[in-house]
Amino acid sequence: MAEVTASPHAGPARWLVVAVPYVWLLLFFVAPFLIILKISLSDTAIAMPPYTPVFEGFGAIGDFISQLDFENYAFLAEDPLYLRSYLSSLRIAAISTCLLLFIGYPIALAMARAPTSIRPTLVMMVILPFWTSFLIRVYAWIGILKPEGLLTLLLQAIGILGPTEQVQIFRTDTAVFIGIVYSYLPFMVLPLYAALEKMDATLLEAASDLGCPPWKAFWKITFPLSLPGVVAGAMICFIPITGEFVIPDLLGGAETLMIGKTLWTEFFGNRDWPLASAVAVLLLLVLVIPIMIFQNQQQKVR
Amino acid sequence: MKPSRFDPVVLTLGFAFLYIPIIILVIYSFNASRLVTVWGGFSLQWYSAMWSNQGLMDAAWVTARVGVISATIGTILGTLAALALVRYARFPGKMAFSGMIYAPLVMPEVITGLSLLLLFVAIGIDRGFWTVTIAHTTFTMCYVAIVVQSRLLTFDRSLEEAALDLGSPPVRTFFKITLPLIFPAVAAGWMLAFTLSLDDLVIASFTTGPGATTLPIKIYSQVRLGVTPEINAICTILIGLVTIGVIATSFTSKRTELRRIRDEHVAQRGAA
Repeated sequence: MAEVTASPHAGPARWLVVAVPYVWLLLFFVAPFLIILKISLSDTAIAMPPYTPVFEGFGAIGDFISQLDFENYAFLAEDPLYLRSYLSSLRIAAISTCLLLFIGYPIALAMARAPTSIRPTLVMMVILPFWTSFLIRVYAWIGILKPEGLLTLLLQAIGILGPTEQVQIFRTDTAVFIGIVYSYLPFMVLPLYAALEKMDATLLEAASDLGCPPWKAFWKITFPLSLPGVVAGAMICFIPITGEFVIPDLLGGAETLMIGKTLWTEFFGNRDWPLASAVAVLLLLVLVIPIMIFQNQQQKVR
Repeated sequence: MKPSRFDPVVLTLGFAFLYIPIIILVIYSFNASRLVTVWGGFSLQWYSAMWSNQGLMDAAWVTARVGVISATIGTILGTLAALALVRYARFPGKMAFSGMIYAPLVMPEVITGLSLLLLFVAIGIDRGFWTVTIAHTTFTMCYVAIVVQSRLLTFDRSLEEAALDLGSPPVRTFFKITLPLIFPAVAAGWMLAFTLSLDDLVIASFTTGPGATTLPIKIYSQVRLGVTPEINAICTILIGLVTIGVIATSFTSKRTELRRIRDEHVAQRGAA
């Protein structure tokens, strides 16, 4: 689309359109990251707020640099809890993203093949659960997965479990996977559907006319053409899952280590703000590459 | 693409997975028994219990005000940001600007929440109602920007250009021509911003202060103590409100769309 350069009437209003959201984001999105970086390099203090100020006035640049230390980062490196949390978060996010792809792809494909008239309704039905509260949807699973919950009742009723046996899923990693797949499924299905829906059906017809079996046509044509959707869906799911707090906290057990939960405990439990900031800075570093892939993808889509 | 015979099965299973947990929750909010797994008959007692729970009602009121204010400011900022992204060929720092719009969409909430809290502490703002509202405005405006942007990208500029050629000033043209045409997307953006604000636990927990407990924070603290049917009741009401809102928005946007198409037809015939 042709983008119009300044019209002859353009006045200050033109600049306000850019400046207002720009300044807001600089102030409330970028500045906080600089502060979090600064505080991650300061010491814990007993007073409120629980950290010593690192930067006071613009004169004391020398003092400022001499006060910075990597104590919090050194502590993170020493205590295996943190390393295990990061690795475990990445593992859970990677497995969940694969599960989401396995479950989401057939749904998106079936939606893309459905008659044109019912497609908007199907899209609407995928979006609707996304509009209902995340917390509520996770909470709904507690009642189902609890040992005395509805899943146990169902399995007992159809005779898979004996009358005294119970499902032991609640407060395990399995429950976390179920919760994540359930919560993030719309985020995976929609980009996949968007990519598959645009696909040219004649390519598949040509392949089939030339004697290509359907499964081979899928791997040779459908899947490669849907790759932008696969990448977008995978990133939209992978990045926030890595820092997820609500799901591992409500459905996971004591052995479920996730960095979002560790950060929360460090902040609300131990009230160690500098250490929590260091945890956040490292999490951001871990996610820089996936975030760049996501940004790139979004720019390309435009 | 050629449909497969398994498609209906896949869709049925997929939608069952998405909807059954929510349906169960709604059904059990009408359960007379306190036990989640025992059906004790139909009852509205949890709704009256919820109604007389002052803490829960206060939290609902705080959440509604935060939601309306942050969604409104977020929609204004997000619409401006979308205009900047689509309509302005280049301006200093455009790459950085679009980065700042996309990054909050995937940023883990714990990072956004903690960093905003540290900002509020650093500049000495007392945490409470307004800090939660500012935090929600910041992340919801990015969602609004994406929704409005996709509408602007498929937007027919000819009406706007006609108005400008006839001497209408740009600001007036925006309010008379552009805004009415993109209004369905702006309204959808507001709805999305409002429900995201209504839903947020993590960012609100970091940025809230005394007297500004939001509903998700309240629900979370009660859920940690165990499942209570009162929570099922309030969840059911929230689900009902959101469902009605979404269906109403999709109907109005369809009506507006139809009217727009009809108007364009009339205009074209007039021009011919």
